[in-house]
Amino acid sequence: MRRYSAWAVAREATRYHEGWERAWRAPEPKKRYDVVIVGAGGHGLATAYYLGKNHGITNVAVIEKGWLGGGNTGRNTTIIRSNYLQDSSAAIYEKARSLYETMSQDLNYNVMFSPRGVIMLAQTEHEVRGYQRTAHANALQGVSTEFISPQRVKELVPIIDISGPRYPVLGGLWQARGGTARHDAVAWGYARACSDMGMDIIQKCEVTGIRQEGGRVTGVGTTKGAIDCGKLGIVVAGHSGHLAEMAGFRLPLESVALQALVSEPIKPCMDVVVMANTVHGYMSQSDKGEMVIGGGTDAFNNYTQRGSFHHIEETVRALIETFPMISRLKMLRQWGGIVDVTGDRSPILSKTPVEGVFINSGWGTGGFKAIPGSGFGFAELMAKGYSPLTAEFGLNRFAEGRFVDESVAAGVAH
Amino acid sequence: MSTRLSTGGRLIDRTKPMSYTFNGKRMKGFAGDTLASALLAGGQMMMGRSFKYHRPRGVVASGAEEPNALVGLGQGAAFEPNQRATTTELFDGLSATSQNHWPSLEFDVGAINNRLARFFPAGFYYKTFMFPRVAWKKLYEPIVRQSAGLGAVPKERDGDTYEHFYGFFDLVVVGGGISGLIAARAAGRAGLRVLLMEQTAHWGGRAPVDAAADGATVNDAPVDKLVEEIVADLATMPNVTTRLRMMAAGVYDHGYVLGYERLTDHAPEAPGPRHRLWRIRAGQIVTATGAIERPLSFAGNDIPGVMLASATRDYIVNYGVSPGDRVVVVTNNDDAYRTAIAVKKAGLDVPIIVDARAAGGGALAQAARDLGIRVENGRAIAKVHGKKQVEGVSICAQAGEGGVLEEIACDAVAMSGGWSPVVHLWSHCGGKLTWDEAQAHFRPDVHNSPKGDAGETFVTPAGAANGAMQLGDVIADAGEMAGRAIAALGGTVRAEPVTASAPDEVPMQPVWLMPQGAGPKLRMKAWLDYQNDVKVSDVQLAAREGYESVEHTKRYTTLGMATDQGKLSNINGLAILSDALGQPIPQTGTTTFRPPYTPISMGAIAGTARGAAFQPLRRTPMHSWHEENNAHWEPVGQWRRPYCYPRTGESHAEAVSREINQTRSSVGLLDASTLGKIIVKGPDAGRFLDMLYTNMMSTLKPGKCRYGLMCSENGFLIDDGVVARLDEETFLCHTTTGGAESIHAHMEEWLQTEWWDWKVYTANVTEQWAQIAVVGPKARAVLQTLSDDDLSAETLPFMAWKEVTLAGIKARVFRISFSGELSFEVAVPAGQGMALWLALLDAGAEHGIMPYGTEALHVMRAEKGFIMIGDETDGTVIPQDLNLHWALSKKKDDYLGKRAQQRSHMADPNRWKLVGLETLDGSVLPDGAYAVAEGVNENGQKRTQGRVTSTYHSPTLNRGIAMGLVLHGPDRMGEVLEFPGTDGTVSKARIVDPVFYDKDGEKQNV
Ligand SMILES: Cc1cc2nc3c(=O)[nH]c(=O)nc-3n(C[C@H](O)[C@H](O)[C@H](O)COP(=O)(O)OP(=O)(O)OC[C@H]3O[C@@H](n4cnc5c(N)ncnc54)[C@H](O)[C@@H]3O)c2cc1C
Repeated sequence: MRRYSAWAVAREATRYHEGWERAWRAPEPKKRYDVVIVGAGGHGLATAYYLGKNHGITNVAVIEKGWLGGGNTGRNTTIIRSNYLQDSSAAIYEKARSLYETMSQDLNYNVMFSPRGVIMLAQTEHEVRGYQRTAHANALQGVSTEFISPQRVKELVPIIDISGPRYPVLGGLWQARGGTARHDAVAWGYARACSDMGMDIIQKCEVTGIRQEGGRVTGVGTTKGAIDCGKLGIVVAGHSGHLAEMAGFRLPLESVALQALVSEPIKPCMDVVVMANTVHGYMSQSDKGEMVIGGGTDAFNNYTQRGSFHHIEETVRALIETFPMISRLKMLRQWGGIVDVTGDRSPILSKTPVEGVFINSGWGTGGFKAIPGSGFGFAELMAKGYSPLTAEFGLNRFAEGRFVDESVAAGVAH
Repeated sequence: MSTRLSTGGRLIDRTKPMSYTFNGKRMKGFAGDTLASALLAGGQMMMGRSFKYHRPRGVVASGAEEPNALVGLGQGAAFEPNQRATTTELFDGLSATSQNHWPSLEFDVGAINNRLARFFPAGFYYKTFMFPRVAWKKLYEPIVRQSAGLGAVPKERDGDTYEHFYGFFDLVVVGGGISGLIAARAAGRAGLRVLLMEQTAHWGGRAPVDAAADGATVNDAPVDKLVEEIVADLATMPNVTTRLRMMAAGVYDHGYVLGYERLTDHAPEAPGPRHRLWRIRAGQIVTATGAIERPLSFAGNDIPGVMLASATRDYIVNYGVSPGDRVVVVTNNDDAYRTAIAVKKAGLDVPIIVDARAAGGGALAQAARDLGIRVENGRAIAKVHGKKQVEGVSICAQAGEGGVLEEIACDAVAMSGGWSPVVHLWSHCGGKLTWDEAQAHFRPDVHNSPKGDAGETFVTPAGAANGAMQLGDVIADAGEMAGRAIAALGGTVRAEPVTASAPDEVPMQPVWLMPQGAGPKLRMKAWLDYQNDVKVSDVQLAAREGYESVEHTKRYTTLGMATDQGKLSNINGLAILSDALGQPIPQTGTTTFRPPYTPISMGAIAGTARGAAFQPLRRTPMHSWHEENNAHWEPVGQWRRPYCYPRTGESHAEAVSREINQTRSSVGLLDASTLGKIIVKGPDAGRFLDMLYTNMMSTLKPGKCRYGLMCSENGFLIDDGVVARLDEETFLCHTTTGGAESIHAHMEEWLQTEWWDWKVYTANVTEQWAQIAVVGPKARAVLQTLSDDDLSAETLPFMAWKEVTLAGIKARVFRISFSGELSFEVAVPAGQGMALWLALLDAGAEHGIMPYGTEALHVMRAEKGFIMIGDETDGTVIPQDLNLHWALSKKKDDYLGKRAQQRSHMADPNRWKLVGLETLDGSVLPDGAYAVAEGVNENGQKRTQGRVTSTYHSPTLNRGIAMGLVLHGPDRMGEVLEFPGTDGTVSKARIVDPVFYDKDGEKQNV
């Protein structure tokens, strides 16, 4: 792999950039791999990356039915934070956040991780107490957060209206090292690094069946033919239910549309990410200058990647209330993704009833921030059969009632 | 130089001059101008700077597809960034400023990026800015952000208003060009309810402009005539609604159309809302949205003065404005000849028509030649000269690599690369496209249309939007397609012969790069996406590096992601990508079309919901009294509840103490009207409540009350409250304030999906009743002064209720207590709440009666060790954790949550359980603090063994009291736990009984 650097760009400039090589190869599938990962989203690619990097397993294929990064990884609003309430969540999200800090250098691909800080506004007494609790929990979990005053909120976000009139800002939970990153670059950077380790990323190839013998996985059927494997990782977000069905088990998941929108770009006016759960919306400003906005999920199950407009209305209303000046901006584009949501709003990283088949799903509305941590832990689980990062996220928790409930802390979990 | 012609301009009114400012400079225009046409008329060709390289840019288009001419419009509370000059109608006093430059449009420091452009190809930022690590956030990102961003930031709160409309129509026709007009008239005559909308301020679309150049006629009359005639017809049809300045922003499932009407953008002084958002349900939708011309990709195609041929024609014909004195026309199709003819007819010079087709054009080409215009076939533009203004072009052969054959001086270039139907609305809801080889464009695949839930087609494209490009075809297609939509609605169409006579055109020939063999130097100067500065070389670079999916290319290069959303660039970019990948264009496919068609204001989306009207405000019947008596409000859902009622000079904490002391020592009043009240009625009501509550409710006797718990299917406690049995078949279930709607929905969900055959009705009557808690040792005395009915403990014991007359009002009195005091909750019809409230204040005056707020309520319940949903519970707590076993009926086979509570983790003895906590020093424990245990877990996190759930200063005990959940808590009475704060301090607290006050309940039971 030729390294990227300012110097390399300058050198290529002299020959009209005609010397750049492919970021990742476009291989035909081999007959067999030690590990097959289904789904080249962030989580699938990160899993492959850490299988190679941490466990020396490089005979790996990542199979993607569309284009890599084209699922929720390429549709999300890129909020990264780790101020979760429950210990096991905080552990995996903080692991992820800390890996984001060095991801550009690790991958030699600028993913533009911007630790610009994330504020979660408290707009009711109840929320104040909730975030104070989270701040206490975070302190013990090694996650650096702080409950800040309305005045501090105003200093950090001059365009905010803290006075209400309906829901005045009473404070906020501030994570200074939270932020955003460039979503596509995360997928592309991992893909390039995986390809460089000799792994095959096979795009436009849909997994159509899962083969097993005596309760053990032997391979997958795909639109490009059968592929054998020793272990199989299913990492397909909103389509997890389909894949599980192919393998013969069911998952406690629902798939719903989550929407987002951006405004036309304007000059920098907001340097942090703000989430307002009472009014239900959140906003940040992209490096291009667009205000990136999101809200809640549709209330019905759905596989089309578009949602209903009334949700957009609700979200925009909430944000105009919080940031009155955006009323004079225009919505440029709205879109949706299908997110896989569990009852306790926590992911599933688990072995399954089929030996050799592992599942990584349920990241729902908030899994972008978890990508490196999830890949790190899930690769360990797949390679060794156990990972402390994933231990609490097994499928058996639903049978045992051992939920990791994050809806407690955040109505909007992005 | 661009200028105003002495004659012409079908849309302007030369008798109505208007003045406006651009970058502070006074300028003149006419009524009917757009800002773009007025600027051109004033010789202002350069209108902005591009996003990435800050290149000087002029207007290229004349409509919604414009990528370059974006301005900041208005000032102060009316300022709006990124307005397209091409769709901004001129008004007197308009003020506009150009964007994305510093210090000025003419001289922009950011243009240094242009010099360095070769170092900034597509995606360069993914490869650089990585070292040192901290520099991205601190150095590079701020620079990138500052140089990007386009428009200025609005500084003030929006001074305008907005509103929403609902519309219900059989047929919605989008687009008021010839096709849309024909479709709307046919539907109107078929008796359907029709809405016709047109995004501009004029009916007729392109056809009248084209006719002005080529002399086409319809039914032997000018095209304008037909437009007028149909518009007049429509005006006489009561079943047809027409709207100008209204755009269909999006098409959604089930025939939902979003309409965006701009009411006063063109007349800001006019009263009323600025924009109106229409939420429309349509039986059928006809998209007669026309087509958009494509630029050609040649070096320097972005220099101010290079324009779409159609736009050049529009400015001349519609506005009497010439983009230049010498206009070179370059094309791959016949249509652009109309522009050459229009230019010539306007008395301007066309030094050459460069036709890339070896065989050249048809009848229109001949007409141009007849006017004396030089036409060269098989030629191309190698390069445009000029920096801030076109100065000339180098001509070459289209087939070669760009060897210059000739230099031609000119000050404008009109280009046409062919036309693409506007398929956005068709595509929003799943309509598929097909590639039309002959016209080199995607058009709707009518066999793969957006479908409703019964599999029926609900969107039909018509006219140019359906790929019909010549006037005769357009008219025929519009009739045919409108007929289909009308038939689908059960209407019949009367055939109306409309015959067009227009010059025949010979086929266009796709030309994606000019010249065909252009080398890297030229490709680096051939723009695809003007606003985002994406060039042919960038798309080729993306393909080379493996970003082969059209979505990858788009994201890697930012092609089509600008405010015009690729209206001009997408197809050209796709073609370049396909060529680089050596595959046919349809195999490459398009990116997804997403709403809105063009950007719509956030203000319109929010409508009237802003400020105080942001959400409905729910008021109890006594709301105004609280307001007048200085309530400090706390938002609770959409209600406002008084937190406390501070008196002059009093802090909130002091007010709360006063309210508690008064209540505990004498009597206080609480407005409890927000508490949820749900009637559950029917022969199976008892059985139903037995399933819903963990307690046995069916055995409750009429006249009695019982405190009950509700759990989710997963066993977690979700709500609590007192149930009163009103009669044999009727129960009144009290819920928490926040739970009223959700618990009602929860009940209905179970009734409708699982127990649909049970005879039970539910009704949420929360707002039908005012409810007042009269609390304290003197409560009975106060009530008794207002009533002749017997309220003694014998006739109305604890946990009973009774109908009585109080102050002449019929009331239900419930003897229940959430404070531990003698307490009556009195419910009266909402309309009489205030009267009762005032009567109670009066009657209690001698006891110093006063109202208390939610904080006093919370403190008093905590003093008594009563749990609060949302404090002691958080969705992870089961009743067993709260030592509420007594409320879990053992006699019932089942209730919601029972099975879940038997799961291994729920039944685990090692759960955290409810206890009281007392700090050793009497201070108040911090909210939400955790009790730490020894060591760290596998992930290096400090271990914990409990947490604070409620914590208050108790004025009654004059010390901090708290409740919490602690591992094995009830077995560890007296043990001291450590609670680290977030500020480094550690609080120590002893585990105690959670009931701090009146442990034996003597006070409430008198
Ligand atoms: C609008 C929106 C906003 C969001 N905002 C945030 C946010 O701000 N912060 C945050 O942390 N998270 C956010 N999220 C959530 C986040 O995007 C997801 O949790 C995360 O991207 C999931 O990554 P993934 O790799 O698991 O799934 P995906 O990226 O969806 O990848 C799954 C892949 O599997 C492929 N696949 C499916 N079926 C098959 C098959 N049969 N064969 C082969 N391949 C298959 C899919 O094509 C897809 O590429 C948001 C999500 C949405 C939709």
